[in-house]
Amino acid sequence: MKPRYRLLPYLLLLPALVMELLIHIVPMAVGIIMSFKQLTQFFIRDWTAAPWTALNNYRIAVDFSAPIGQSLLNSFWVTCSFTLFAVAFSWLLGVAAAIFMQEPFWGRGVLRAVFLVPYALPVYAAVITWSFMFQRDTGLLNHVLHDQLHLVAEKPFWLIGDNSFIALVVVSVWKTWPFAFLTVMAGLQNVPRELYEAAAMDGATVWQQIREITMPALRPVNQVLVLVLFLWTFNDFNTPYILFGKSAPEAADLISIHIYQSSFVTWNFGSGSAMSVLLLLFLLVVTGIYLVVTARWRDADA
Amino acid sequence: MRTHRIAVAATLVVAFTAACSRSSDPGNKSTAGESSSKPAPKTLTYWASNQGTSLDNDKQILEPELKKFEQQTGIAIHLEVVPWSDLLNRILAATASGQGPDVLNIGNTWSASLQSTGAFLPFDDATMEKIGGKDRFMAAPLAATGAEGKPPTAVPLYSMAYGLYYNKKLFQQAGIANPPATWDELVADGKKLTANGKYGLAIEGGNVSENVHHAFALAKQHGADFFDASGKPTFDSPGAVAAIKQYVDFIAQDKIAAPGNAEYAANQSVTDFASGKAAMLMWQVAGVKLTTHGMSPDDIGVAPIPIQAGASGSKATATMVAGINIAVFKNTKNLDGALQFVKFMTSKEESIALNKTYGSISPLKEAQDDPAFNTPELKTISGVLATRAAPLPQVPNESQFETLVGTAVKNLLAAAAAGKPTTTESVKAELVKAQQQMPAS
Repeated sequence: MKPRYRLLPYLLLLPALVMELLIHIVPMAVGIIMSFKQLTQFFIRDWTAAPWTALNNYRIAVDFSAPIGQSLLNSFWVTCSFTLFAVAFSWLLGVAAAIFMQEPFWGRGVLRAVFLVPYALPVYAAVITWSFMFQRDTGLLNHVLHDQLHLVAEKPFWLIGDNSFIALVVVSVWKTWPFAFLTVMAGLQNVPRELYEAAAMDGATVWQQIREITMPALRPVNQVLVLVLFLWTFNDFNTPYILFGKSAPEAADLISIHIYQSSFVTWNFGSGSAMSVLLLLFLLVVTGIYLVVTARWRDADA
Repeated sequence: MRTHRIAVAATLVVAFTAACSRSSDPGNKSTAGESSSKPAPKTLTYWASNQGTSLDNDKQILEPELKKFEQQTGIAIHLEVVPWSDLLNRILAATASGQGPDVLNIGNTWSASLQSTGAFLPFDDATMEKIGGKDRFMAAPLAATGAEGKPPTAVPLYSMAYGLYYNKKLFQQAGIANPPATWDELVADGKKLTANGKYGLAIEGGNVSENVHHAFALAKQHGADFFDASGKPTFDSPGAVAAIKQYVDFIAQDKIAAPGNAEYAANQSVTDFASGKAAMLMWQVAGVKLTTHGMSPDDIGVAPIPIQAGASGSKATATMVAGINIAVFKNTKNLDGALQFVKFMTSKEESIALNKTYGSISPLKEAQDDPAFNTPELKTISGVLATRAAPLPQVPNESQFETLVGTAVKNLLAAAAAGKPTTTESVKAELVKAQQQMPAS
């Protein structure tokens, strides 16, 4: 091969490479560098002048016996359990609705469209509406629970205190499940109808059909779907921010809000960056393990 | 092959970051002399904070005034009204990138924090002379323009202070002749007014800034400060604990504020007061807001925020100094024009016109006699502003203080609303936790 031609692929790749660097790698690198600096408001004007602090930002973040580390750890556990509930319910709802919608029936198109509404609504408008519904004295939810159904003796708070966790999960599931629904619905198109017919002939119940035909066929779709749902939910910033504002209640103090508070609101960008890097590492590890494990399962199946 | 590729990528990264850091080098090197040798641009960018009922409302109010400035000086102002939720982030981004407006509004409590970034033009005496001298401003608003002993980082533009708004009709119905002057009276009156689903007092318990403003004034009344003379945080001093307990007790012990107030963060307390659901409200110049909510001006009474019986000096502090300052971005390419604009905005005529429209008070001494500020409401407010107001701590860490203490109060109110007991110990524990999260400096 002549040298000229050996260079050409690189030249062709160069624009993409430059863009990739500009958009992804450089900001990430800058963030990682920032996490080793004591970057407070004294230095944001010329952050190269901020003093290096080696691992100090990290040490403070993971010192779980001190309040900053403690609250980060609390926020981490809150985020983990939030993600678990939100992803599980979103996935369950999405799959159930998609399977239900598989058989043609009158009004199916309309219902499918309606199901996608939460996904299509602007996040801000949707979540602010939820926050109105969650208000203690004037909200719709307490009106139904307390005034009409008399299920609770006293009106509970939803936006402050421990119930805020439930509120957060509800809004998150409402917002995310249409995506699961959409993805699973697309995945179901690839399952041959004959399989169901054959199974029905052999006397398989609906439940058995779902377990033995639908679920295995959906496995590759589910693998990606659950991963994406996990990453989105774990990192979700909009929902808690719109619902609770800058300072979320402890029970709903998601890690994204927590990091925002420790960097933007309190002007300590070094500390915020260190927490972000830790979060990135955690998500990388979880994603890696998940991909390896699910790949093994698939290999084992094959 | 592989190492070659990595080397190329690495070189690119290095080259790029080097180029970045060079171009983002702040304008220390381009001195004022250098920039004035070039013809100054004939436009200025101005970021205004949202003072009116909406961003558009602000534009309608400000644009005719800016046209006047253009006619006088030939400098066109490019106006952008920035909502409060974005303003601080936008300023931080502008500071980090060096790409910002020429002139901008800042909340006056941010003065010392922003001052420490070094991104704004210090108003030293020479600069002050160019805009007419610092003696034109009232002392209290001027004290909220940066750390003591340093040249102000901004000058006062619109001034505000807290007042106790009370519903005259409800007071009359309850047989109360005068608004409360001490906290004991306020609690006693509040109990009389709390009945049939109505409450004595409305508070904005989910709003971190409101919480911290009240905590600050009450702490002053208890002889406590949140920072000592050397700038170290002293959040958990007995005075501060007593002050915050007193505030939380409006829900916890006195029960003169509705438990639901603990989650208010979208000005629901103003609505509650305007609609007669609550008889008292502590707010910054609320008059215009209340009447737009449909409250009859005849029903609105205003008194200074109560104090402890017999208090004087700093223990008689009734309010923090609230307000908006106007600052000049150091990187401006038209320093003279920017200062001319600040001078214009703080001129007697503009100051009166704009403050009148927004329902705030002019920070100028010479404007105080103007009939615009002689309404009963503004007279009361400007009275406390002149004699009984203290600026929030002018320390670089002010922003952290607001977030941490405001959140602590929010948590305590939430616990009280849920029926958990509020004790000196529980308040202190929450404040200790807040203080421990302050960065060691």
